[in-house]
Amino acid sequence: MRETLKTAYIIAKREFAAYFATPLAAVFLTIFVAATGAFAFYIGGFFQRGQANLDSFFAYHPWLYLLLVPAVAMRLWAEERKSGTIELLMTLPVSPAEAILGKFAAAWAFIGLALVLTFPIWITVNILGDPDNGVILTSYLGSFLVAGAFLAIGAFISALTKNQVIAFIISATVCFLLVTSGMELVQNTLRAWTPRIVSDAVASMSFLTHYEEITRGVLGLDSIVFFVSIIAFALFANAVAVGQKKSA
Amino acid sequence: MAPLIEARDLRKTFGAITAVDGISLSVRKGEVLGFLGPNGAGKSTTMKMITGFLDPDSGSATICGADVNQQPKQAKAKLGYLPEGAPAYGDMTPAAFLSFIAEIRGYTARDIKARVSAAVSRAGLGAVVDQRIETLSKGFKRRVGLAQAILHDPPVLIMDEPTDGLDPNQKHHVRELIREMAPHKAIIVSTHILEEVEAVCTRAVIINRGRIVADGTAEDLLRRARNHGAVAIRVVEAEAARVAKALSAMSEIAGIETMEKADGHIRLRALPKTAGMPMKLIGDLLRRESLSVEEIYIEHARLDDVFREITMSAQA
Repeated sequence: MRETLKTAYIIAKREFAAYFATPLAAVFLTIFVAATGAFAFYIGGFFQRGQANLDSFFAYHPWLYLLLVPAVAMRLWAEERKSGTIELLMTLPVSPAEAILGKFAAAWAFIGLALVLTFPIWITVNILGDPDNGVILTSYLGSFLVAGAFLAIGAFISALTKNQVIAFIISATVCFLLVTSGMELVQNTLRAWTPRIVSDAVASMSFLTHYEEITRGVLGLDSIVFFVSIIAFALFANAVAVGQKKSA
Repeated sequence: MAPLIEARDLRKTFGAITAVDGISLSVRKGEVLGFLGPNGAGKSTTMKMITGFLDPDSGSATICGADVNQQPKQAKAKLGYLPEGAPAYGDMTPAAFLSFIAEIRGYTARDIKARVSAAVSRAGLGAVVDQRIETLSKGFKRRVGLAQAILHDPPVLIMDEPTDGLDPNQKHHVRELIREMAPHKAIIVSTHILEEVEAVCTRAVIINRGRIVADGTAEDLLRRARNHGAVAIRVVEAEAARVAKALSAMSEIAGIETMEKADGHIRLRALPKTAGMPMKLIGDLLRRESLSVEEIYIEHARLDDVFREITMSAQA
């Protein structure tokens, strides 16, 4: 177990540095911070609401992740396969589980860094009023969990192709469906031809429902279990995909 | 002494294509096995199975006694592998890349430095250690791959076309390196450059359509060429018929071939029944019959010819 974590850590370190070896990191971090701010201030009406909370800031995170997280995840495996380095990596004394954990951890930490860099808005709201910092903290955690779930799904899909564009589009679509699964758009379509239990099951998969619960300040066990199991399941699927398709 | 590399009846199909059809190999310490075959014969697929990257449909491979699929970590720790095309992380510098490999291989911080600098100097990377790998020339990229493979001084080294795309000086350097390491390791080198086999390999295996069609030293393979040890004789055209007749009467000669006509001369080839036909016998005969010839010499087969004969005849 210790050896697994150690090897995963070495891989994560390399992957994390790889984001900064290209302009990707600068572009991503800038756009993430700028966009979360812009959504909060202009679309969310941060000032107009006149409330000392960050609801308008966190409300748009899942939508922003739809675009940005698949962009972070798409290179994880597709690039290894395209450049042939997967053959190198898989013939080093590294197990698939270690590689998968390491890559996922690096990408998640990278998004975590992006979230940390939004701290000015937290300072702003604390200067302007007296917000419930507990709620803000759980909201950050919820946002981080949503990003992790998207990322795990994106990493899995990245392992299925050597084409990063395809990985991006499919991941974004899957994540979109998961975000909207509780909404009329998806539910109406489903109810038309499936029994009630199916549409309810799909609705319970909704990222938005679970996320909104957390951002209200209710860090329920069910929501945490929900996101953690999505991550665990996607990483498991990732392991299967890497094992199956390393040849192609 | 048990072989360090052992492959038993490896098979692999991709859809309807049978890439590898029952290949067994064993390589001992001190051996450099040249792995030859036309493009698409299954060389790379075989190497990918031996290194544990691809799972075989059936059969198994062991490295230093560890099965690459049952005990992958033990096997891979003993293995240095240069995959086809020498892939490396292009956004890293050779120094950072090799440090990463050393860290994965479990060296401590101090050993990492020593290992990396040893590998850098062996592969001749000194001038470019701090340039990004993607900006390096093909020759340097290949050397980065080589440095990565030999970094931990593994007992087993498997290299897929290590000299592909290198200039003659670089090729020479890589061959020197292989020769230097050979006594202490079991090495497999795939190549389609036949001179390389004579230069560095102690043994050559030719595969075609996923099967082994020849296995032996370069000398053994040469012996398989039909013109190996044949005697070539150049005579004036008018004399040719008489010479051919006299030669074909000799019991040591299996047959006479006419090779080419030029400026009133003909070149004949006398094929021996067994290898090593004594030149003296032919000389005596020619003198006895008072036949005059312009030129006479023993032909030396080239591996290219053997390679072509073996792999083409299997296709027919």
